[in-house]
Amino acid sequence: MVYLTRKAEFSASHYYHNPEFTPEENQRIFGKCNNPNGHGHNYTLEVTVKGEVDPRSGFVVDLKQLKEVMHREVLDAMDHRFLNKEVPDFFGQIPTTENLAIAIWQRLESKMRTAQLHRVRVYETPDLFVDFYGEA
Amino acid sequence: MKAHLTRRYLFSASHRLHSAEMSTEENRDTYGKCNNPHGHGHNYALEVTVSGQVDRATGMVCNLADLDGFVEKQVLQRYHLENLNTLQEFARTVPTTENLCVEIFEILQRGFRRAHLERVRLEETMMNSFEYAGPDGAR
Repeated sequence: MVYLTRKAEFSASHYYHNPEFTPEENQRIFGKCNNPNGHGHNYTLEVTVKGEVDPRSGFVVDLKQLKEVMHREVLDAMDHRFLNKEVPDFFGQIPTTENLAIAIWQRLESKMRTAQLHRVRVYETPDLFVDFYGEA
Repeated sequence: MKAHLTRRYLFSASHRLHSAEMSTEENRDTYGKCNNPHGHGHNYALEVTVSGQVDRATGMVCNLADLDGFVEKQVLQRYHLENLNTLQEFARTVPTTENLCVEIFEILQRGFRRAHLERVRLEETMMNSFEYAGPDGAR
């Protein structure tokens, strides 16, 4: 089994707000992130896939194809978007880094052909990242 | 859904690697420059990884403010700009980055209750880093 990781970057804005909370609760729990006008990040995405090396091609996965899938499923949908208002994944849930990693996993998982998705890592900043391994 | 959240912190401290159980020559052979009696310092980078179910109401594994608050109070305030050899936990233990990594893991394990502690990773320099995930932990 060999693991291959492909990186991508995208920039997006978001804010944290749960309509079921009172304004005071939203403020207490989410702090500055509750500002309804949003704020942005330069996200770094790392997608790790795993599989056996194909003896003919020497590849775990066709990197060109993986790159295309990441662009189509993630960057085209999220780059330079306001996640809460423009990306349907977050119409019903808060676009935290945790939920972003899960949403990206769900967008990619069914699109993998030869290799298996192993991990989605999303850096919100260089000091904060979330890993999702598809665990329930 | 279970997710892993990692937060990175910076602190600076000095240490001297010297074992009371070794002779002067053995200390010098084992620790080299790190045995310099006046000590030397590093800018450490600490990565704390916690895991748990993503809360449906908040979208979070744990509130980052809680993790930051705990690490600031219990770890950074304890080690930042200190000489590690002068601290109680290194009175009998050599303050290698291995031992410091284990010590920080145990501080978090004892006191941080808001999520499951997965791992502590400590960079001593850009060239070397250490990871500890508990006595039974694996990477």
